[in-house]
Amino acid sequence: MSHGNNSEIIDEYITLHSSLSIFRVIKMCGIIGFIDRTKSRMDGSSIKAALSLMNERGSGDGAGYAAYGIYPEYADYYALHVFFDNLGEPKKKVDELLQQLGEIVHQEEIPTTPQPGIKKVHIPWRYFFKPSEDLMEGKMASENDVVTYIVMEVNANVKGATICSSGKNMGVFKASGWPEDVANFYRIEDYKGYIWLGHNRYPTNSPGWWGGAHPFNLLNWSVVHNGEITSYGTNQRYVEGYGYKCSLFTDTEVVAYLFDLLGRQHGLSYEMVVKALAPPFWDEIDRMPAKEAELNKAVRLTYGSALMNGPFAIVVGTENGIVGFTDRIKLRPLVVGENGNRLYISSEEAAIRVLDPEVKNVYTPRAGEPIIGRFIE
Amino acid sequence: MTLGSVPPKFKVNIDRDQCMDCGRCIENCSYGVYRREGDKILIESRKCTGCLRCVAMCPRDAITLTEKPIDYRSHPLWTREVREDIIKQARSGKIILSGMGNARDLPVVYDRLLLDACQVTNPSIDPLREPMELRTYIGKKPSKLKFKKTESGDVELETKLAPNLKLNTPIMIGHMSFGAISLNSQLSMAKAVTELGTYMGTGEGGLHKDLYPYQDHMIVQVASGRFGVNIDYLERGAAIEIKIGQGAKPGIGGHLPGEKVNEEVSRTRMIPVGSDAISPAPHHDIYSIEDLVQLIRSLKEATEWKKPVFVKIAAVHNVAPIAAGIARSSADAVVIDGFRGGTGAAPKVFRDNVGIPIEVAIASVDQKLREQGVRNEISIIASGGIRSSADLAKSIALGADAVNIGTAALVALGCRVCGNCYRNLCPWGIATQRPELVSRLDPERGAIQVSNLIKGWTYELSELMGAAGINSIESLRGNRDRLRGYMLDEQMLKILDVLPAGA
Repeated sequence: MSHGNNSEIIDEYITLHSSLSIFRVIKMCGIIGFIDRTKSRMDGSSIKAALSLMNERGSGDGAGYAAYGIYPEYADYYALHVFFDNLGEPKKKVDELLQQLGEIVHQEEIPTTPQPGIKKVHIPWRYFFKPSEDLMEGKMASENDVVTYIVMEVNANVKGATICSSGKNMGVFKASGWPEDVANFYRIEDYKGYIWLGHNRYPTNSPGWWGGAHPFNLLNWSVVHNGEITSYGTNQRYVEGYGYKCSLFTDTEVVAYLFDLLGRQHGLSYEMVVKALAPPFWDEIDRMPAKEAELNKAVRLTYGSALMNGPFAIVVGTENGIVGFTDRIKLRPLVVGENGNRLYISSEEAAIRVLDPEVKNVYTPRAGEPIIGRFIE
Repeated sequence: MTLGSVPPKFKVNIDRDQCMDCGRCIENCSYGVYRREGDKILIESRKCTGCLRCVAMCPRDAITLTEKPIDYRSHPLWTREVREDIIKQARSGKIILSGMGNARDLPVVYDRLLLDACQVTNPSIDPLREPMELRTYIGKKPSKLKFKKTESGDVELETKLAPNLKLNTPIMIGHMSFGAISLNSQLSMAKAVTELGTYMGTGEGGLHKDLYPYQDHMIVQVASGRFGVNIDYLERGAAIEIKIGQGAKPGIGGHLPGEKVNEEVSRTRMIPVGSDAISPAPHHDIYSIEDLVQLIRSLKEATEWKKPVFVKIAAVHNVAPIAAGIARSSADAVVIDGFRGGTGAAPKVFRDNVGIPIEVAIASVDQKLREQGVRNEISIIASGGIRSSADLAKSIALGADAVNIGTAALVALGCRVCGNCYRNLCPWGIATQRPELVSRLDPERGAIQVSNLIKGWTYELSELMGAAGINSIESLRGNRDRLRGYMLDEQMLKILDVLPAGA
């Protein structure tokens, strides 16, 4: 999903109702996720080929990639990928904020190659950043809290700057255009990662803005999503109660924050996070053995506002692996394939076969069933 | 009497060609509009309240009613109502009593909120063919869960859940006491909620022994008069509600006119026969929030922490911080009663002027609780003028967990909203204790009518949710993104946190 930014009307409403979400709408998209459980790295060329195969699911208005394991030389630093409208005032503000809260060990423009199909409306930039330990107390008790604060602050309040990824040893590369153009623009084959996510987008509203393309990221959580979250308003109110700010005009953004809240802050396992976001029906819970029923009831009562409704298929990249799942009645496709230490999750089997013609054990998971690929220790 | 009489409110007419002279109008009118003289039925229109009992019972449709047959000279400021109130008070020197809810023609926010539906980009869900979950739990919920791993590697829940009420549909029936309404009314509703898997309130009139079979679906009330309260009563209820205030008359206590206190009411309520039961305006053991906290804990202690305790407040200007204070106590739910809430008897000046609309109250309470991170600490039950499944859906989308209905349930029993509940003459057998009137209401049939109403609304809610692509009630709750305001001003939209239609 996506949504547009920068229309005057939207700006006006933001001024009027700063707490309101301005809506979007989208639908249809191709997604793909890959993990090598031994952390053996793969370059971006085949993910580009796989994603391009699903061009029928996109409209050439947005595509993006997330890659994990790409910055081994800066593995201990947060890699902040930022879209700047210009390198003047917006960058000055981001520089100031970062310097105030920590140390920038390296920064540069993300190398790009001009593509006829891509209008470079933003300057993609990356910082390698370490939050200062002196400032970590109270609401910002950890490095992750400081970085989360920076992301929320910049995306909500710094005009002309959008942080599109903020994890360690990973990055998001996205723009408006077809998947192969976006890949060539960022020279995606120059990066080697052990997790790759890709997204081919079909936006129906203000397609020009790069921030609206997938993957959506916060810290090490990256999300690619095909669908529309009909519970968005509920989910948004829920995460905003915990200090997250939904400022990117798309429902997918909230998924990254839900994973961060439940998975990082509340310490739930990935299985439990999926159980909260796409829980079993009460009828099923009523038939479970007492203890299991009690656990599932507790999850529904506690995390009712995190439940995601509407059609969706989602793949989430994390620091320990990838997680794929669909909505409770499976209104969007999701296919899984395995080959040795490699796990693939995609909207279409054909895309997986482009990535790996030898793929084995191809199957479609049940509605709400978590598909989790973890690194082998 | 220098003031003379005011014009009658209604003009009653019998079409003599149609009339078969059966006399049912005479039997049915408890206000004494009709009488027989010789072979003629005479009419005294001035006594008519517009309860429509005679119209409903006339086998020949021979009766017609005209409202305001004679009007005053029209005037935008000095309305008929204003003039008549002044005349009444010039005669009596007293407070004007009234029944039912706010009768002023003020804009209804619900009517200016519009619901959403899916088209193309996501499928609507068909509740006839797909699961649709309306099950609602009322009570405290943890804000996060803790799990532990057992030796065998299984994941076990470490967090303990507080007791919650399980509702099969997010519609409950609010508190209307035995005294204010008849035992047959209470029985009708008790049978209905038991069948449907939801709950009703006892009101502050105690629990009559005939209702004991339904006690697992009844919420007992502790109000400022403490009528009917003892340990047996507390233990029988599924939950306990502390009534601080009600939407029809915020700031004052309950009124039960002595006419309605017969033997049975007296025994259940533990007050003398024929005495007015005027509850104190405040609880005299609650002069501050910390006193409320103590009462909640006392009630929980008395019932061994097995029952949820609700606190009901009227929607007043400061409702949000008050609710936040309640959320910090051990209360499990806050019931917010909007300014259109009904009543058996209230001073008219309160009914029509004090408090704020429930729509706004839900929005600001939900917002405040979230800002303070205590939304999971407490459920929000909204009441006060909920007329339809649309009002229900909008209440939940604004942030309520469930609603209480009152007047709607009475209308399902026959009530025509004439507003004379305080006179003990209700010809429908609802707001009366006169045995010959009460017997007009058959609890078995009443139960079917109330149950039908709640079922109908529940089906409609399922359809509305399905059309919006939502298959569980949690995803409608607080989902203001699926509401749009129509002809609401900017300030109101901001408070409701709802976008205008078209945006």
